[in-house]
Amino acid sequence: MSGLARTYRGADGAAGPLLFLHRTAQVALGEWVTVTMPGAPDRRGQVIDAGEAMTVVQVLDDTLGLAPGRAAVTLTGEVARAAVGPELIGRALSGVGRPLDGLPAPIGAALRPLNGAPMNPARRLRPSEFIETGISAIDGMNTLVRGQKLPVFSGPGLPALELAAAIVEQARAPRGEPFAVVFAGIGITARETRGFLERFAKSGALERSVLYLNQASDPTIERLLAPRMALTAAEYLAFECGLHVLVVMADITHYCEALREIATARQEIPGRRGYPGYMYTDLATIFERAGLLRDRPGSLTQLPILTMPDDDITHPIPDLTGYITEGQIVLSRDLHRRGIFPPVDVLPSLSRLMNAGIGRGRTVAEHRPWADQLYALYAAGREARLMAAIVGEAGLGAADRRALAFAERFEREFVAQPDGGRRLDETLGTGWRLLEGMPREDLTRLSDAIWAAHAEPPNRHTAEPSG
Amino acid sequence: MTDPRTARIRRVTGTLVEAAPLPEVGLYELAVVGHQRLLGEVIRLEGDLATLQVYEDTNGLATGEPVVPTGRSLEIELGPGLLGSILDGLGRPLPDLARTHGDFLPAGAEAATLDPARRWDFTPVVAAGAAVSAGDLLGTVEERPGFQHRILVPPGTAGVVATVASGPLTIREPAVTLGDGTPLYLSHRWRVRQPRPVAERLGDDRPFLTGQRIFDFLFPVAEGGTVAVPGGFGTGKTVIEQSLAKWADADIIVYIGCGERGNEMAEVLSEFPELADPRTGRSLMDRTIMVVNTSNMPVAAREASVYLGMTLAEYYRDQGCRVALMADSLSRWAEALREISARLAEMPGEEGYPTYLASRLGTFYERAGRVRCQGAPERTGALTLITAISPPGGDFSEPVTQACLRVAGAVWALDPSLAHQRHFPAVDWETSYSEYLARTQPWFEREGGAGWGAARRRLVELLQRGRELKEIAALVGPDALQDEDRLILESARLLRELVLAQSAYSATDASSPVGKTLALARLGLALHDAAAAATAAGRPLERLDLTGARRALAALRDAGPADWPGLVAGAEVAVREVAGREVAGREGGP
Ligand SMILES: Nc1ncnc2c1ncn2[C@@H]1O[C@H](COP(=O)(O)OP(=O)(O)OP(=O)(O)O)[C@@H](O)[C@H]1O
Ligand SMILES: [Mg+2]
Repeated sequence: MSGLARTYRGADGAAGPLLFLHRTAQVALGEWVTVTMPGAPDRRGQVIDAGEAMTVVQVLDDTLGLAPGRAAVTLTGEVARAAVGPELIGRALSGVGRPLDGLPAPIGAALRPLNGAPMNPARRLRPSEFIETGISAIDGMNTLVRGQKLPVFSGPGLPALELAAAIVEQARAPRGEPFAVVFAGIGITARETRGFLERFAKSGALERSVLYLNQASDPTIERLLAPRMALTAAEYLAFECGLHVLVVMADITHYCEALREIATARQEIPGRRGYPGYMYTDLATIFERAGLLRDRPGSLTQLPILTMPDDDITHPIPDLTGYITEGQIVLSRDLHRRGIFPPVDVLPSLSRLMNAGIGRGRTVAEHRPWADQLYALYAAGREARLMAAIVGEAGLGAADRRALAFAERFEREFVAQPDGGRRLDETLGTGWRLLEGMPREDLTRLSDAIWAAHAEPPNRHTAEPSG
Repeated sequence: MTDPRTARIRRVTGTLVEAAPLPEVGLYELAVVGHQRLLGEVIRLEGDLATLQVYEDTNGLATGEPVVPTGRSLEIELGPGLLGSILDGLGRPLPDLARTHGDFLPAGAEAATLDPARRWDFTPVVAAGAAVSAGDLLGTVEERPGFQHRILVPPGTAGVVATVASGPLTIREPAVTLGDGTPLYLSHRWRVRQPRPVAERLGDDRPFLTGQRIFDFLFPVAEGGTVAVPGGFGTGKTVIEQSLAKWADADIIVYIGCGERGNEMAEVLSEFPELADPRTGRSLMDRTIMVVNTSNMPVAAREASVYLGMTLAEYYRDQGCRVALMADSLSRWAEALREISARLAEMPGEEGYPTYLASRLGTFYERAGRVRCQGAPERTGALTLITAISPPGGDFSEPVTQACLRVAGAVWALDPSLAHQRHFPAVDWETSYSEYLARTQPWFEREGGAGWGAARRRLVELLQRGRELKEIAALVGPDALQDEDRLILESARLLRELVLAQSAYSATDASSPVGKTLALARLGLALHDAAAAATAAGRPLERLDLTGARRALAALRDAGPADWPGLVAGAEVAVREVAGREVAGREGGP
């Protein structure tokens, strides 16, 4: 790349968000472009196909009224970069980094390319540190660990943002370590934005946060930049400032739709349901930016939120996401309808890094068998519920009836948290209470040793080391 | 100012670069692209315009930058020092890149696969005057403690030995010189897309022991066989690949992380050095080579990575080793192929995949096998291939899964509903199959224990019957079933938990020796028989006390390799006692 800016007077064509330039020289892929036209604000764009015969620029801003013949196109000689640094904490910016809070544009400690570079896999540190989110269905059953990417699979109208906000408010860094939240709003509505901002402001989380807000009314293509802006800022805070950074991105579904829209504009061959064939790779360049590095103090944890179109988990968006992330938290319409918040369905939910984050010295030694036992009984209860719908509750065997009752209590007492966050020991205690209500013979996942240790004080119900 | 004969970039689109004039280059020749010196491979030629796929991030690459052909094609240097290494899709050691370029991967970095300065103690076995040809043993070096790396005459080479070196040598110093002056080194280069030659392909009747009960017992794979492991996300493909890499009975493991997660690689890299090779007791890393091209690393290198891994595996096979190649996941390879094909504007086949997808996959699977190696002394080698497949939406009818199913000798189909039940490995035993079953059974009958085949047949029958009854019970309620049928339901569940399920995280049961596998199946069936006899004699099912026997069997399952034999006799007694035992606290109890 030249590093030098060159200006072409007049482009040779335009279609949708794309601008075409014939006969250019020394144009780089990904080069940042500004398009100026008298009487219109400057538009920005990026080279997505660099050719001597024809170069294609993807314009980020609205192209309504763009007259290619009258536009001046400046190739800046630079790739897209973001200002990064600790001074961004507490700021609210647009999806392309413009201030939304009335303050001057941040200068930052450095300018970093938006695409970042892949972490060297040999330099990654294996994630293993428990993050307490205050949500029992997560902390107890699908533990989040630092450096993990754990998406929330939501459905239209389900309270995924509320769950994310609750986690942001409750997730405390143990031992008072420095932490920050980076939030990328991708195509979210003004109402959602406002709700989120108010909650953040009220809880004081805003002071520890950087917000990148691409709103539904902003140009589609900006949606592709917003998560990359956020991650570039987050990477700097994590790996150069040593903070523990939680990145919340909502809604990945809007991101994928933008990707599809642009692929269509470029007349690419569509893949499944019209989404481009490279969507897996594209999403991976976002999600794989989570992690830890050896010999560096910070961490980057991701909590992406996506809406499953039609509640369909096999839709390409949740499907490809699930293939990249380290598990998923699935929200249930049924639980939501029954007034349970957070409506986490623990059966299809999974944290793949849970095992590394729990157990002796991390949470409690018996965490795994305890969670397995709750899971097994709840799964049996859900199966019994299905069967009861056909043969009636009276047709169930005694064990199935017990499991069914357990499932009801599990949903109302363990999953539901009407009173806000729970500490881990409260989560564990709630689970034990449910288990104690069952006959010993139903608790096949708990060894005698664990059962005895639980039944005997002094360790009872606590996560704290016994005196 | 610039030489008009220098090829320059005419266009950059995605990972593809068009450059001209390149009248002399050949297909699949490598070129150095741009000021950043990125590596690219020629994949299309039209007149003097060449299209190259670039193996690295092309952002920032500009028209007008130079393109210089190298005269070589994508190769890997093969020789001692590969074991224990962690390579990217192009064969660059990732730890070396970290040393030179830090924690994030740069574009255009160079790093040699093998350390050219390292000295190896070469012990020759040939002397001047000996006639040698391809595959003949020249001598050995101890690559890792206890592992003798055989230095062979490279394929396509022959002559009479003129001089022989011995003692400490680098890979740049000739170990042997032939009469015509050809130097032979401890290493040689090989084109990764070209299969390495063998003397003869052999039949497959010896099982490749996985240590996983469901595979060894129900769906065994032969040494040199190929397995496809299709499954939706989170069904356990990676855990299977990693478990096999840890516990399978093989001399060498090549593990390809193709378009998958960085954290999974971190997990392997932190675990493997700590784990002991079940056969030698030394660090697992001593028998392992990792090829890592995570999902966010360049797509073209991902496409190349599977060939790189295959070539490494073939190289050790040629030395007479039993090699296992794990590829996770071939779907990501196929997607890379599709991405490149789409940019070339090739006519797409099904779901946008190029029409040559199936033939490329077929050629890849064909590189596995048990073989008589080229050269003397006579030796056999085996390359067993285990491939994970990630069907979109978990739908097996999609083209990549279908193409793999057509060529793989065994299929371990993973079922999301089993994974949701946390039944792992989540192998659907109704749709999975193995074509190696019949040929490997004599071995199991001989080495695993007499009665292997009979126990296997009965187990499958019982599972099948259990599944049918389960469907009926779902309609009428389990209470409506006869005792006999309810017992079958219970026994099928017990056998699933005892024999088919196996936790990869268990300290003692992550790998199951064949003897233990058979003991569990046999005793599980015996328990069923004992209970069936009692119910047939008129005892109601609720009154049978099975807990003692079940606990004894669970203890047997959870016992480690040294402890399980000691528990068999006790479990047998517990099973036999079922007939005489009733639920305590009710009338007639003992
Ligand atoms: N044998 C096993 N024992 C215990 N747990 C298992 C086993 N196999 C899988 N699991 C559980 O299932 C989770 C998902 O497994 P895995 O990562 O192998 O899935 P995958 O098929 O590779 O998914 P993806 O396609 O998304 O990579 C694991 O994190 C673990 O919790
Ligand atoms: Mg996997």
